[in-house]
Amino acid sequence: MTTAPVTKKSVFNRPERPYVHPYFGGVVLGIVLFLAILLTGNGLGSSGGTTRLVTFVQDQIAPEHVDRTPYLLKMAGGDKNPLDDWIIPVFFGALFGGFTSGTIFGRTKLETTKGPNVTNRTRWLMSFLGGVIFLYGARMARGCTSGQALTGGATLSAGSWVVMLCIFAGAYGMAYFVRKLWN
Amino acid sequence: MNFPLPEFVTVSAANPWTYIVFALIGFAFGFTLEMSGFGNSRKLAGQFYFTDLTVIKVMFTAIITAMVLTFGAVGLGILNFSQVWVNPTYLSSGIVGGLIMGVGFIVGGFCPTTSLASASTGKIDGMYFVAGGFVGALLFGETEKYFDNWYNTSGYFGRVTLDQVFNLPIGVVVLLVVIMALFIFWGSEQLERIFGKKDLTREPKLRIAGAGAMFAVALAVVFIGTPSLEQKYNKLTFTRTETIPQLEGEEPIVNTTIYTADEMLSERLAFVSPAESFKARYNQSINLVYLDVRSESDYNLYHIEDAVNVPAGQIEEVIPVLLSEPPANTVFIVMSNDETAAVNTWKMLVASTVPNVYILEGGINNWIAFFGADDEPLQPALNPVSDQLAYIFPAALGDSYESCDPSPIEYEHLEFEEKIVLELKRDKSGGGCG
Repeated sequence: MTTAPVTKKSVFNRPERPYVHPYFGGVVLGIVLFLAILLTGNGLGSSGGTTRLVTFVQDQIAPEHVDRTPYLLKMAGGDKNPLDDWIIPVFFGALFGGFTSGTIFGRTKLETTKGPNVTNRTRWLMSFLGGVIFLYGARMARGCTSGQALTGGATLSAGSWVVMLCIFAGAYGMAYFVRKLWN
Repeated sequence: MNFPLPEFVTVSAANPWTYIVFALIGFAFGFTLEMSGFGNSRKLAGQFYFTDLTVIKVMFTAIITAMVLTFGAVGLGILNFSQVWVNPTYLSSGIVGGLIMGVGFIVGGFCPTTSLASASTGKIDGMYFVAGGFVGALLFGETEKYFDNWYNTSGYFGRVTLDQVFNLPIGVVVLLVVIMALFIFWGSEQLERIFGKKDLTREPKLRIAGAGAMFAVALAVVFIGTPSLEQKYNKLTFTRTETIPQLEGEEPIVNTTIYTADEMLSERLAFVSPAESFKARYNQSINLVYLDVRSESDYNLYHIEDAVNVPAGQIEEVIPVLLSEPPANTVFIVMSNDETAAVNTWKMLVASTVPNVYILEGGINNWIAFFGADDEPLQPALNPVSDQLAYIFPAALGDSYESCDPSPIEYEHLEFEEKIVLELKRDKSGGGCG
């Protein structure tokens, strides 16, 4: 396999390898999801981890505020530790898993992935904004693409299929207006 | 072996292995996402301009793979589906949240987990997305109070799966989803050919064999079906602990025994005496439901106050309601005239995973014998028949007799062997992405 000329050296100087075939990746991901369901009865997720980490910090700074806020109360009210949840090891596991795969296949390097016609600065700003919007929506829908679309999709949850369709509807509906970002 | 493994349902410091198992699951998750190209925002965004449909291919392949394996395992009786987290349906917040997520996806180029794969491989835009995510989660936590009621109640249907929505066997739904996914894959490749100028002849031929294999496995899931109530009943286990007090200063011995459903009946652990049934009504920590499964005519002749009448033949229809409606601390006490019909109902309810179901010991006849001594109009029948009322009723007075609602003052002190052990159902907010 010929490798494209690499502009930036990756960590450990490994040659950059192509991504696996989508269907192969999907089957492996499906088996991981199935094992998670089989062993633990929970599926996969990550946006819950973001929320719990934020709540943990809030609970350190202003515990009284957490105790007065209904949504945070459920996770961190009183003596509850918001990090005492299965999603926390999954969250950090996913970070490390992504890093390991990227490093083995020579893709771990400092760079910005973006459309050809935007500056790095615009891309970063939009990425940050997208993160704010996405997580807000993920908490409202009680799960993101992992917790709702993948897990709920596989367990045939009616609500999750609705959420999944709405994610695609929202993205396709908005795509035209932000086409300059990506094309 | 019964899956899911109870040790791994939640993380706990008491069992550090749980952290390792969940971390390994997360590791495999992040690894697969990165390996499939999800660390690259351009590849993700390509989905919405029809140039690169990797997202939908990976996602739907993963969904159908996990789905056929899950429902195959459920059908074979390896996996107990009632112990699997199924995202509860909140239609309103799900629709609004989903649409917001879609906007975030195309603006930011990631979803939360893919941003982790991206940030950890040095992509600066991925790091910004993760940082933005923390702000978004913070904003939600701070603003949820303004629409708390809407968020928690609007369009709430609880645990609903697609087979219930379409009233089809679950295997058929699995097969239909697989067919739909295969059609989506075909359509995606056509779009990539048209918009992404992709040469489909260079795609591996193996994918067609894979599609065929997936279809075949889905067909197998249809034929395996779901386990019958009898199979589920035979796999049930109940845990009971017995504390034996020791001499002063010594730790009491706690014995844990696991019983099968049949042993619960033969050891009489599922039977609750009239005294305990009566007292349980005044126990603040439980929500007691008397479930009277006799015919309506017997119910009209005599029944305990507040008892709900569902004749045994109709019990199957109300099981979905019993599973979803009542609060988690609900205890059902099933009763018939003797015990026969109540035992059959008990078997059906526990096999359907309704928690905290007990049987009134000796049935209504025993209840009358215990509480009805002062009820003048009630005379014992001369030759009682099995599972029929053993008393003669002058009129159908329902719950107007004194013994239908015994006085809590008169019967304040009753001695009985405690049989009710409250098992709390899985917390609905405890799993999933919550």
